[in-house]
Amino acid sequence: MASEVARHLLFQSHITAKTAHTSSQVSDHEQKQKDSPRSLTMSGHVGFESLPDQLVNRSIQQGFCFNILCVGETGIGKSTLIDTLFNTNFEGHESSHFYPHVRLKAQTYELQESNVRLKLTIVNTVGFGDQINKEESYQPIVDYIDAQFEAYLQEELKIKRSLFNYHDSRVHVCLYFISPTGHSLKTLDLLTMKSLDSKVNIIPVIAKADAISKTELQKFKIKLMSELVSNGVQIYHFPTDDETIAKINASMNGHLPFAVVGSMDEVKVGNKMVKARQYPWGVVQVENENHCDFVKLREMLICTNMEDLRDQTHTRHYELYRRHKLEEMGFMDVGPENQPLSLQETYEAKRHEFYGERQRKEEEMKQLFVQRVKEKEAILKEAERELQAKFEHLKRVHQEEKLRLEEKRRLLEEEIMAFSKKKATSEIYQNQTFMTPGSNLRKDKDRKNSNFM
Amino acid sequence: MDPLRQSPSPSSSRASSPRTFSCERLGYVGIEAVLDQLKIKAMKMGFEFNIMVVGQSGLGKSTMVNTLFKSKIWKSTMPGLRVPMPQTLQLHSVTHVIEENGVKLKLTVTDTPGFGDQINNDKCWDPVLGYINEQYERYLQEEILITRQRHIPDTRVHCCVYFVPPTGHCLRPLDLEFLQRLCRAVNVVPVIARADSLTIEEREAFRHRIQDDLKTHSIEVYPQKSFDEDINDKILNSKIRERIPFAVVGADREHMVNGRCVLGRKTKWGIIEVENMAHCEFPLLRDLLIRSHLQDLKDITHNVHYENYRIIRLKESHALPRGPGWVNLAPTPSPTPTGTRASPGPGKVCRWAEDDSDEDF
Repeated sequence: MASEVARHLLFQSHITAKTAHTSSQVSDHEQKQKDSPRSLTMSGHVGFESLPDQLVNRSIQQGFCFNILCVGETGIGKSTLIDTLFNTNFEGHESSHFYPHVRLKAQTYELQESNVRLKLTIVNTVGFGDQINKEESYQPIVDYIDAQFEAYLQEELKIKRSLFNYHDSRVHVCLYFISPTGHSLKTLDLLTMKSLDSKVNIIPVIAKADAISKTELQKFKIKLMSELVSNGVQIYHFPTDDETIAKINASMNGHLPFAVVGSMDEVKVGNKMVKARQYPWGVVQVENENHCDFVKLREMLICTNMEDLRDQTHTRHYELYRRHKLEEMGFMDVGPENQPLSLQETYEAKRHEFYGERQRKEEEMKQLFVQRVKEKEAILKEAERELQAKFEHLKRVHQEEKLRLEEKRRLLEEEIMAFSKKKATSEIYQNQTFMTPGSNLRKDKDRKNSNFM
Repeated sequence: MDPLRQSPSPSSSRASSPRTFSCERLGYVGIEAVLDQLKIKAMKMGFEFNIMVVGQSGLGKSTMVNTLFKSKIWKSTMPGLRVPMPQTLQLHSVTHVIEENGVKLKLTVTDTPGFGDQINNDKCWDPVLGYINEQYERYLQEEILITRQRHIPDTRVHCCVYFVPPTGHCLRPLDLEFLQRLCRAVNVVPVIARADSLTIEEREAFRHRIQDDLKTHSIEVYPQKSFDEDINDKILNSKIRERIPFAVVGADREHMVNGRCVLGRKTKWGIIEVENMAHCEFPLLRDLLIRSHLQDLKDITHNVHYENYRIIRLKESHALPRGPGWVNLAPTPSPTPTGTRASPGPGKVCRWAEDDSDEDF
């Protein structure tokens, strides 16, 4: 035990363990390394500038994965917006308004643009905001996101794992659709966003923005953002640390939430066919920046920040989940005496504990089982005995009945015999009287008599 | 009423439906911009590469490293200078940050002076293996922390260049032993050192003999055949495999040849140009290590060798109560390499095909 702890101490302070073989030179140089690696200038072209290209090639081979969660009321335009964003007709039918609970429906699609393959998973909330009692609305969404993190954590903690071809299903971005009332956020929206903001990158969008006029839109946006800030909801801000995209990201941050319009129908404007919605009073063009912020959303979501969204999900939200989960299970980095504990040690200890517990429970259940079996056996024996007694009784009754019937039969047979004897004698007598002629009268009499008998 | 209800229950851990649709692209979306995003991110973070050179003293290891990266990584030891022979095998690492066209590379080179120099070289591979495993251990410890760093510093050895002395005959027992043990833990690239002492024909013969030796002893050097992904990789890597081990010459002095300034070794009978393919195969080595397969070396180290180490470590900590926690990759002298390494899979999609029951957390 002590050696394990000591070993971790050594590692944690980055000093190589002094084994019999490795010399102290390594540790000196490691220290120097820690301080600052020396910069070196090369006298010629080495060629590792192709490294980013090598990395990109590998990524192209592997393909990318992106998961979007759309949260919003039924009918607010989630599916249409996704269709418009990715320029594809994903799914054709409308959802019903009558689901008793909020459910999440996930579908995966494989898109390809030039040589980039994207595995896109779109998760829709079905029935959100439709119920009369909306208390349970956001819990399924939180559960879903946690379930994806859990799945990844399980894979990561496996002994034999294959992370590089694991289909990453963690939600990278959540598009929250706000309905264009023009006033403020609904309570449901606030609550949902509040419970999601530490688990996923939230980008709020104002759906069906063609229902609001420009001036109202400005006021609405300001109201929304101030409400979000005052309620402490952390939405995703586009990163501004890299100079190449800092400027554009910063300006986009000022346009949040994006007011979008989605449409896959094409309308002829001028001499081009553009995606638009046609009204009697005009045509709302989806890709026109004056009409709505759709292009901005597409830029930000896909072209500029997709990688950052994935990165944030992995390094911030997932790590947070992982830390909470492991701490919940009782693991710590630092033991009771402030000495670094290893995950394995704690795991071992817990494992023994649980094992002992399990043994005990097994014993208990065995005992219970044995007892129950005994009881049942006793009952069954009792029933058997009763049955036996009944059987005996019935047998006796049958015997008696049989004897009686035998007796009756005997009597009957005696009677039959007597009768047949009488019949025989009367016949003989009849024949005799038939031989003597002067006794017709008597014969008649006898015949009558015999008929009588 | 909803016919397309797929995996709707939020309590299911895998929500993506088993059906994935391939959709028609109708117009520009901008997905390929993600490649640029990747590049920007990579350039900002910088790259890391750790290389180890192993071989007897006097084979030109330090010179080779200097030539590879075109800078004075080390002071190459000059013959004639009194350098005290190290009594035991030592490992000696230096780290440099080099930059080319905006790409930053943190390069760590580990040298092994004293390898194979003693009278009794038994177990001289232990310190090397120990060092490699120690780096894996370090990474593993960082990875299983509760509060992890954003970017775990990668000190694992990505590539080990093994210098074979140019005897012209075949691999020596020391070479074979070392290569057998090491190829299971790290990517090994063997090279014929000081190849200017061999003629072209001798080189070819030596190369073939070495290849035969490697095959007989089932030593899989980089690029490993079992990790070839698709047909393109196979073709490319087979070409490389035909030429392994490369016959290299290292030089860090420049000389004038035909008006050009080249790196080379000047002898009485001519100047051996390092970068001339007709003279030696240094360009091939450089291209393999740096220009084309650097990322692949790192990938295989991370996805295969490190994972194998992790599996062993985690399984072991279940079995032994309080062991020293050190994995001594004592090799089985059997010819099959499936001692500690998983059996090769059909491709990158499943880099190992061992189907034991998964041990869950």
